[in-house]
Amino acid sequence: MKRQSTALLSMLCFGFAFLYIPIFLLIAYSFNDSRLISVWGGFSTRWYSALFANEQIIDAALLSLQVAVVSATVATIFGTLAGLALTRMGKFRGRLFFTGIVAAPLVMPEVITGLSLLLLFVSLQELIGWPATRGVTTITIAHITFSMAYVTVIVQSRMLSMDRSLEEAGMDLGGRPFQVFLDITLPIISPAMISGWLLAFTISLDDLVIASFVSGAGSNTLPMVIFSKVKLGVTPDINALATLIILAVSIGVAVAGWIMLRQNRSLS
Amino acid sequence: MATKQQTFGDLLWRRIVIWVPYTWLLLFFLVPFAIVFKISFSDPIVAQPPFTALFDHTQNLLNRFQGTLNNYLFLLDDNLYWVSYLRSIKIASISTVLCLLLGYPMAYYIAQSPPTRRNILLMLIILPFWTSFLLRVYAWMGILSTNGIINSALLWIGIIDEPLQMLYTNFAVYIGIVYTYLPFMILPLYANLERLDLDLHDAAADLGAKPLQVFWDIILPISLPGIVAGSLLVFIPAMGEFVIPSLLGGLDSLMIGRTLYDEFFVNRDWPLASAVATILLLILVLPIMLFQRMQVSGRSSD
Repeated sequence: MKRQSTALLSMLCFGFAFLYIPIFLLIAYSFNDSRLISVWGGFSTRWYSALFANEQIIDAALLSLQVAVVSATVATIFGTLAGLALTRMGKFRGRLFFTGIVAAPLVMPEVITGLSLLLLFVSLQELIGWPATRGVTTITIAHITFSMAYVTVIVQSRMLSMDRSLEEAGMDLGGRPFQVFLDITLPIISPAMISGWLLAFTISLDDLVIASFVSGAGSNTLPMVIFSKVKLGVTPDINALATLIILAVSIGVAVAGWIMLRQNRSLS
Repeated sequence: MATKQQTFGDLLWRRIVIWVPYTWLLLFFLVPFAIVFKISFSDPIVAQPPFTALFDHTQNLLNRFQGTLNNYLFLLDDNLYWVSYLRSIKIASISTVLCLLLGYPMAYYIAQSPPTRRNILLMLIILPFWTSFLLRVYAWMGILSTNGIINSALLWIGIIDEPLQMLYTNFAVYIGIVYTYLPFMILPLYANLERLDLDLHDAAADLGAKPLQVFWDIILPISLPGIVAGSLLVFIPAMGEFVIPSLLGGLDSLMIGRTLYDEFFVNRDWPLASAVATILLLILVLPIMLFQRMQVSGRSSD
């Protein structure tokens, strides 16, 4: 037994090293004064200055943030409704089919989703003249569609695992379904909705392929700008950008962990 | 609820809950596939949009349908597409097996850890997923390139005399896919192994079974649903992967996602790109349906 767990532990350490070493290297490189990766030219923050002076990157980042906030919010609303439909609405026509298409975007290859949405937008434009141009709106719609699947899965599993007796009591006391949802269900599932929102937000910020298909000329998201830069090789200001993103994520996770810890304490 | 009279408000709420997400998915997820399928039968033309109409309403009923099978015939004819599909299947399969080989012991170890440590380890698995996927793939360019870390280290130690070509090879693509999709393998495996009854394990060991035998006869069969779920979560998206082969792969790692992308953006042949997508979807229909069956049965057994 002892030998077996040592082997397992070394696999675990190897796995974690594999996952984390590239991230730490990116951070280290972002402070390297030299443009070359093989040379350590001393500590420098000049790539950060270069990053903030790059208007193309700043504009793209703002566009991406805007798309991510809107699409995550709508995806959370729709995903929660879908989760509710699948767990609290009993039988309805097309339920099985609904279950199928709710989860499908989770695994659908991005090239297919991107191509099919673009062709939809082009066809719609021919038919009804909307959307007149492709850009923020079409990217946002595309992101809502594939990130709501993640929200649905998270909210759905919370709704299945929660204690139903509170909702039943609310119903017995004469609450209407909508009122019961608002007063009882919503507070209980809100942590799941928050994680769903965060996940949708991250996925939107990260998407390259679908946005490339559905965006028009002139609206470049951050991943699109990053991709066009790194396709040609390693660029140090992208290392600086990566470090800032990693920093933001780490702070976000730490804050979320702290809030959850506090909630757990106040509950017990 | 049968005892209670349903008011107009209740019905409206029910309608909204079901039909808002349903309509959205029908319009923006299902209808688009129908359009892809439709356009795959059109001919490319230099116009806006760059394909011919499938139905010519000026013709009489018999001649209205203007579709062709040209795109599909072209796909059959040109080796490039066959090779791309087969290479995608090969790369996605091998990557899935590699993810399983690395992910299984990790998931197993985490599932056996005490609860507090288990949560920390799980968070460490999920954490990289929250940072940009594109940037994490990009990180490997700096590690694998001819003047990257690995080559510099090997040269410095003296194991090699000249740098190894690792970036822009299939090797780099495997690393990229395993690196990106490892959490997708570990999480379903963990969810499955966590429920594993450790007493069963001990009982078998007490009866004199060797560890390997316990694993082979008891643990592995029980964890099969987790293995299938994790493998599908890696295999399906890896099949259509575009970013990883574009950044890390070379000329001989052209996968079908990249072929489709180029057909669309470089050659601007929308009908052919649609045909490529339709065939890819046909290849993936079986694994996707299997995945959904597992989703549905997994939910109902909860």
